[in-house]
Amino acid sequence: MTAVSQSRRALVGAELRRFGKFMLHELKPKGRVLTPFNVISGAIMLVAAVLLAIRFARGLGAITNLSQDYPWGFWIGFDVITGVAFAGGAYVLTFMVYILGQEKYHPIVRVTVLNGFLAYVFYAGALLLDLGRPWRVINPIIGNSFGVSSVLFLVAWHFMLYMMAEFVEFSPAVAEWLGWRRVRRFLAGLTLGAVIFGITLSLLHQSGLGALYLMARDKVHPLWYSEFIPILFLVSSIFAGLSMVIFEGTITHKVFRHRVGAALHASHDDIVVGLARIAAGAMFVYLFLQLLVFVHGQRWVYLGTGLGAWYLLEMVGLVALPAALFIQGYRGRDLRVIRTAAVLTLLGIVLNRLNVSVIGFKWYAPVRYVPSWMEIEVTLAVIAAELWVFRWVVNRMPVLGTAVGLVRDAPAREARAGVLAA
Amino acid sequence: MDRRDLLKTMGAAAGAALVSGGLKAEQGEAATAQSLGTAEPVAILVDTTKCIGCRTCEWACAEAHREAGVEFPEDADFSVVRTTSDKQWTVVNRYETEKGIVYAKKQCMHCLQPACATACLTRAMRKTPEGPVTWTEDRCMGCRFCMVSCPFDMPKFEYHSAVPRIQKCVMCSERLAEGKQPACVENCPAGALTFGPRSALLEQARQRIYAEPDTYVHQVYGEDEVGGTGWLYLASVPFQQLGFRTDLGTTPFPTYTREFLYAVPVVLTVVPPLLLALSRASRARAAAQAEEHEEEGNP
Repeated sequence: MTAVSQSRRALVGAELRRFGKFMLHELKPKGRVLTPFNVISGAIMLVAAVLLAIRFARGLGAITNLSQDYPWGFWIGFDVITGVAFAGGAYVLTFMVYILGQEKYHPIVRVTVLNGFLAYVFYAGALLLDLGRPWRVINPIIGNSFGVSSVLFLVAWHFMLYMMAEFVEFSPAVAEWLGWRRVRRFLAGLTLGAVIFGITLSLLHQSGLGALYLMARDKVHPLWYSEFIPILFLVSSIFAGLSMVIFEGTITHKVFRHRVGAALHASHDDIVVGLARIAAGAMFVYLFLQLLVFVHGQRWVYLGTGLGAWYLLEMVGLVALPAALFIQGYRGRDLRVIRTAAVLTLLGIVLNRLNVSVIGFKWYAPVRYVPSWMEIEVTLAVIAAELWVFRWVVNRMPVLGTAVGLVRDAPAREARAGVLAA
Repeated sequence: MDRRDLLKTMGAAAGAALVSGGLKAEQGEAATAQSLGTAEPVAILVDTTKCIGCRTCEWACAEAHREAGVEFPEDADFSVVRTTSDKQWTVVNRYETEKGIVYAKKQCMHCLQPACATACLTRAMRKTPEGPVTWTEDRCMGCRFCMVSCPFDMPKFEYHSAVPRIQKCVMCSERLAEGKQPACVENCPAGALTFGPRSALLEQARQRIYAEPDTYVHQVYGEDEVGGTGWLYLASVPFQQLGFRTDLGTTPFPTYTREFLYAVPVVLTVVPPLLLALSRASRARAAAQAEEHEEEGNP
């Protein structure tokens, strides 16, 4: 053993100790612990932990209202199918910034990618709670049983790969937080590749979630079933994602005001107005597609029924109306109108996804599925857990308003630790 | 471990040492081959005009599959139309029809091209070349996509178990491997059930229709439905009166997702280079614009 390698060892040791100290410091909560939000969301998560213990001990039937007629309920229809549509903002924004070169939107890429990543981890992760035999979840991945003819096989693989791609896209922020400059440079070099891969995967699994229902053609109400479900799901994920970015940005801006960088502060309103315009465009494409499907499927015969009115509420009240509001907000640069439109759009997406997966599913069944309070409670807990992690990351890593790829020098770790301790 | 897996493992371990190695190797092969239509699949013909509603088939099914969790409900009555469940792979129902009371046995239809097997991402649900659609416990992850996809709603799930299984008729595939007939067929006292190669049963069904054209409606349910099923039905009344879905069409269900799945490799190979090209182009344009600005003296 040479002296050089010994001294290197000592260096590594010191570095590791410093890293350990830093991590310990960062793991501690910042700010007051007993806030109303923490208390309520903490209680929700505790209750969910108890419910999930019951669920894993006594089966899905112990806390859900799922039945032989309704194998997929609120956890799939809302957590997974709606949640993934809401997470669509990440692939749309990375497309605009990295592929089309619209630098204007750069300041919000990081927070959007973080949101998308966490949404996949938590909402697609919630899928594990719904699986009857979750310990077998690796089966489609390890290769002894590739069900390549299954749309769900595609969706499962894409979820996994897309999570990795999004993590790579976000990883420079982690490297900056840790002060690892060389690693950061390496990771930043991977961004474009990850973005291209991520967009391609998103095209396929956003539509794939719709394609899951292609074989349930006789079970989904004809107002919501069509051969075009995959394309409708894909197009609607564009404005669903953008509306989520607008909605989430509004809240993040208030809650994390101290973490918002100068670049984002200056351009935030411009960005929101721009997003509103794009969302409106996607919504008109979507409405036109829906109109084609409506005529093609001769759906007018169902309009007189109760579900017909429900369909009109979705299409007119929660797609056409917010699309018009987006345009009005864009023209008058009125952020309040745009935010209203975003909320309406999100409601419309929730309704659409639930109409396909739950409300319009087996609409003829004598006993309809209604989620139990416990299913909704667990869903709230999943959202709460995601918010906790999101807050933890935003309060530590350079997420808000720092343009990815533009930060040349990450602040030295000690300096950061000093500032944060103050 | 089911019998096939056992055979496969034994085959791998002992190989030629086994006396009937050839046969076993063939069975091991059959377990992995998903090819359809290479051999004549077996089927079962139900003549509902002969069924007397004795429910012996339900009892025989429970006897044969008690270990899998199938039960025989002693107190079931015909006043309600029952469905198969996670505890019953087959049920006999009584229907009031235009020709009086008719009994009809229901169970998994064992489609020639099953939606459930196509939907299964772990190949736990599988169409065997012999005919039965089987389920393998070790592979299933309990996602219940088979239930969403099945046009007949036949796969059932054990919602009240920590280690839930998918439950449905497997056409007694384990008995077939032993050269026996399915338990329900063997025990039917009324001769309503016939087991055999599918094409032979179809001929027999048509023969019965031709011989007694006034007794039967001129349709064999399952001949063309969803591309053909492994259970075939004869009836004296239109099939919707016996609780059959007649709106399912004759297209095999896997066809409905095929186009989408064909698009996947195309998108995966074509889109990334397009995106890369687009990214390069937009960057080149941005650089050119920046240069222009500099020349004009703008910041």
